[in-house]
Amino acid sequence: MARELLKGNVAMAEAAVRVGLEAYFGYPITPQTELLEHLSARLPELGRTFVQAESEVAAINMVYGAACTGTRVMTSSSSPGISLMQEGISYIAGTELPAVLINVMRGGPGLGNIAPSQSDYNQAVKGGGHGDYNLIVLAPSTVQEAIDLVVLSFDLAEKYRMITMMLADGSIGQMMEPAELPQMRPVVRKDWDWAVTGAKDRDRRILSSIYINPPLEEETNIRLMKRWQEVEANEVRYKEYYLDDADFVVIGFGTSGRVALSAVRAARAEGIKVGLLRPISLNPFPFALVEELAEKASAFLVVEMNSGQMLEDIRLATKGRIPVEFYARLGGIVPFPDEVLSEIHRIATTKLNTKIHPRDAWLARFTAQNGGGS
Amino acid sequence: MTNEIAIAENIVYSRPKSLTEVHNHYCPGCTHGIAHRLIAEVLDEMGIRDKTIGVAPVGCSVFAYNYFDCDFVEAAHGRAPAMATGIKRVLPDRAVFTYQGDGDLASIGMAEIMHAAARGENISVIFINNAIYGMTGGQMAPTTLPGQKTTSSPTGRDVETAGYPIRMAEILANMDGAGYIVRRSLHDPKNIRLSKKAIRTAFETQMHGLGFSLVELLSTCPTNWGFTPVESLTWLQEHMIPVFPLGDFKVSEHLAAIKL
Repeated sequence: MARELLKGNVAMAEAAVRVGLEAYFGYPITPQTELLEHLSARLPELGRTFVQAESEVAAINMVYGAACTGTRVMTSSSSPGISLMQEGISYIAGTELPAVLINVMRGGPGLGNIAPSQSDYNQAVKGGGHGDYNLIVLAPSTVQEAIDLVVLSFDLAEKYRMITMMLADGSIGQMMEPAELPQMRPVVRKDWDWAVTGAKDRDRRILSSIYINPPLEEETNIRLMKRWQEVEANEVRYKEYYLDDADFVVIGFGTSGRVALSAVRAARAEGIKVGLLRPISLNPFPFALVEELAEKASAFLVVEMNSGQMLEDIRLATKGRIPVEFYARLGGIVPFPDEVLSEIHRIATTKLNTKIHPRDAWLARFTAQNGGGS
Repeated sequence: MTNEIAIAENIVYSRPKSLTEVHNHYCPGCTHGIAHRLIAEVLDEMGIRDKTIGVAPVGCSVFAYNYFDCDFVEAAHGRAPAMATGIKRVLPDRAVFTYQGDGDLASIGMAEIMHAAARGENISVIFINNAIYGMTGGQMAPTTLPGQKTTSSPTGRDVETAGYPIRMAEILANMDGAGYIVRRSLHDPKNIRLSKKAIRTAFETQMHGLGFSLVELLSTCPTNWGFTPVESLTWLQEHMIPVFPLGDFKVSEHLAAIKL
């Protein structure tokens, strides 16, 4: 396949179509609407299912129904819509069904705005809905990576019978870049031994997230935990840049990781030995690698488009062994590479204060420089 | 002696094949058991047990999936029509039905039921209206009658503060996507027979692709109403039917051409 100039939202939608997406249920919300629009044309022309639901609550429950039949099913939304979907996400997790979700994150909380943000990290990685469960969470930093991760998402969801969530942001969804789509694959409806399809020539099947007897719920919780251990052992993904001889390491995911890479390259051109770790799987998180890097590096700089949500995971893995610094832009603002480069300069040239929480230190520096927030 | 009598031509009444051989959890005198049996008889008569997928609600009938010998899923509260939509759209030749109570369908699930009807989803909805929340212990429902005492309207439903009962069949009959919308009652044998015929027609509506179908069944809740089973049947007849009149609210003209 040739590289084409593709918009992120359209690219993710078309990638899903080509790897056998049979049904999509969604609700319009900026900045992911082109994804829904693309599928509203594509799926019917291929004889597949597209429904514009009355709400995100209905959309995720339609996904829940279709997932029960074992078909490849997906929905997409943006932050406020994903909040509405949390009920269904919890039920799908509790029923142990595969499904793919795309969150094209925007600024929040509340109605917020429609600009790129990463402030749903905690919601995606730490829970969001009720009960003990995990989602596989993948964060793309380019349109090409978004395509590749959509392809992977369906395989992971089916392998582990769980939801894979793509945690993209408004800039990934809205930007156009050259990228290559996968080949069109035939739709294969697998004969899952759990799928509800009508009890023809077999015993009836029941799919439910209810375990009214607490010992059975505990058994289910433990089954989910053990499956999650398998995911942790096999599905950690990240990308390393200039880490071999790095004195200190910048860590960022998705768009902030990509911006940080530009800054790291500029710093390298100046002779500063700095590297970059870009986690791709945010859940499971590359804890072991961060721990390993904390043994070698003199400091970390965490860059995020939120108030330091992944920062807490980095601090957990670092266990106070080295200083962790933080830089953020919030509210739908994407940092410029120069902003990150200034932080790299600061870390390279000043003694770091490890007594103050990195978030507090950043907030003090940021407000001193820019004011605001009062 | 017994075996000699139980020969096939002597059996006039037995458990439908589509009902599982388990004791249900419903209270004595509750009409859920009747509604379940009627659905199972219809699945048997139409020969569609092995191509039927049921969607259970949240409420007293949350465990409905235990009682039908067909594939079943368990929805979140009120979301059964959305879940049924997801199933029916990817398996259009299956029979998909939801079984929902009044709190599930007419309160928390109001958006899902209205839009499933508006889209003309080819699903059948069996709507149990007993004017109360049974599972949680007798609270006010969207169909609770004015003045009716419940555990959350202890002095009787005051329409000034708690509003009025919702007539779902009448509302849904306004939807162009609906093919068959009726209200029946389970309070006596005649009405039970009419209810079964309506359930059959609802499934036929779906199998003929004539759009959304719903059978509202007026039902009793002796436990939470605080009456005996027989008193409950009388109360239904005397108090519910005046508020929720029985009848056909929408019957697709194409249905008339189908001989049942």
